[in-house]
Amino acid sequence: MSSIVSVPALEKRTAQSKSRRWIFFWLGLGLISLFILSLLLGRYPETGLISWERLNQDELARLLVINLRLPRLVTAMALGMSLSVGGLVFQMLFGNPLVEPGFLGVSQGAAFGAALSIVFLGGSALLTQGSAVVFSLAGLVFSYWLARRIRYGGWVLRLVLAGIAISALFSAGLGILKYMADPYRQLPEITFWLLGGLSSITWTKLISILPAVISGLVILYLFRWRLNILALNDETAFSMGATPKRERLLLLTAAVLPTAAVISVAGMVGWVGLIIPHIARRLFGSNSQFTLPASMLLGGIFTILCDDLSRTLLAGEIPLGILTSLLGAAIFIVLMLSRGPREVSK
Amino acid sequence: MSSSILSFHEVLFGYNRKVPPVLDGLNLSLKKGLITAILGPNGAGKTTLLFLALGWLKSWAGVISLDGKPVANYSRRALGQRIALIPQSEHIPFEYSVLEYVLLGRAPYLPSLGMPSRADEELAFNVLEKLGIAHLYDHSVLAISGGERQLVLAARALAQEPSLLLLDEPTSHLDLSNKYRLVQILKELQARGKTILMTTHEPDLALAVSDELVLMEKGRVLISGPTEDIATGENLSEIYQVPVKIIPVEGKKQVAWM
Repeated sequence: MSSIVSVPALEKRTAQSKSRRWIFFWLGLGLISLFILSLLLGRYPETGLISWERLNQDELARLLVINLRLPRLVTAMALGMSLSVGGLVFQMLFGNPLVEPGFLGVSQGAAFGAALSIVFLGGSALLTQGSAVVFSLAGLVFSYWLARRIRYGGWVLRLVLAGIAISALFSAGLGILKYMADPYRQLPEITFWLLGGLSSITWTKLISILPAVISGLVILYLFRWRLNILALNDETAFSMGATPKRERLLLLTAAVLPTAAVISVAGMVGWVGLIIPHIARRLFGSNSQFTLPASMLLGGIFTILCDDLSRTLLAGEIPLGILTSLLGAAIFIVLMLSRGPREVSK
Repeated sequence: MSSSILSFHEVLFGYNRKVPPVLDGLNLSLKKGLITAILGPNGAGKTTLLFLALGWLKSWAGVISLDGKPVANYSRRALGQRIALIPQSEHIPFEYSVLEYVLLGRAPYLPSLGMPSRADEELAFNVLEKLGIAHLYDHSVLAISGGERQLVLAARALAQEPSLLLLDEPTSHLDLSNKYRLVQILKELQARGKTILMTTHEPDLALAVSDELVLMEKGRVLISGPTEDIATGENLSEIYQVPVKIIPVEGKKQVAWM
């Protein structure tokens, strides 16, 4: 090889991948320590951490940690991971850094389904969850069906248009339901569902969403490099031996299922799917081989942090969606104002 | 006599069954190891022809074969290892580094969930060096010039190690010096045994680089053969419907149209 540039360059690449591995190590360690810390953090018996001694002596403390905090934390982590990775996958497949995993009618469908159950079906927890799942998937199916029927534009444009139209239909339906709801009992319940939160998570709820979350995340993780190819133009991806339509449909489904599952138990938790992929790209560039696992770890960390604040900051619980929006938007503004490490190094 | 690598036999294709087809009974045979240029007015079906060769579009009737086997019978991976496309332009929404982007071209050689290895990286570097853009390897693909971007697209396609390279309007974003560079690169690729099929709007480019010329009009091959014989003022005037002259300048043919 006539290599004046390539030998030092390849060495630099090796150094780069070593430093990447360190960042991943620290992110992973950060997530695990945060998880353990959060398990002990709360407002019982007083605000702060429960000590190991207390945990061994106090039966109530132990039950609290195992039956309330543990499922809640795992759900927070699943929520953050699903929304972040889903957001990244959507942003790449749609070639648009401003989409999030719920926009193909999934979020609005879930909101409509939950409100429908609260107003007309008595609103038991299980029924609301089921109705949210059914309508979020219906949102996806309608969007996809509509996109196939639209007669102009490329695949991406058609899906975006269909997603917007179906979401608008569901949000209009949600408006009607809110208008019809009993303002003293049902309306507050709908509002709280829309603000999102993890206060009602139980082991049963967690277990009901785990299959969708785990299978979706595993598939997406396995496709982490392949995703780059599927983000290219149709014909370019095809020329490189991919089957873009079929593979994209698989990845979209793998991104939407966990999203629909977590929304169904946690309600609308905004901004996670939008902001975390941006942070991941700031750290690792655009290659999804790295940004995808990074989004998973960062999403878990971000949501656990927000949920910790939501349950400890005030005596009453602050809805999680408010905190993720507040912190997410704040971080987003800071990110936009600061220059990224990639630009600085040039 | 070189053998045929890609052939179109009575190919019929349209985008919509309700209107007359875009390509109507197209016959074409591409010789191995040569550079073939397709000239023709806008809407003649040049890009459509490339996409059919790629297998991206499926013909309504007729057969397109690569090395004697219908394109439709190749597996996706196998075809990706044989044919590569350099599109006219490509929308890259995210900031890949040049090397990361070129590595994507290794996809047809990787297992379906695999990732490029060190050997793939070395190969990608090799390609970048041959195109003279190795120093750009860690630049963002969005932060380089249009000419450099076109070379990066070429590098990605060459990382596929194809035997047949398809180029769609390769000079549409290039200035004169980059055009000159592209001609050199195409000739070098030919010397290394690649077969090249390109569409172009520029008769100059076709004259400068191609061995074979295909003139297309309204979905049909008007005439094809060695560039030397086909590139006449008469033929070019006919497909473009404007008077075109071929004038020899210092022993080379040049196109004049005004």
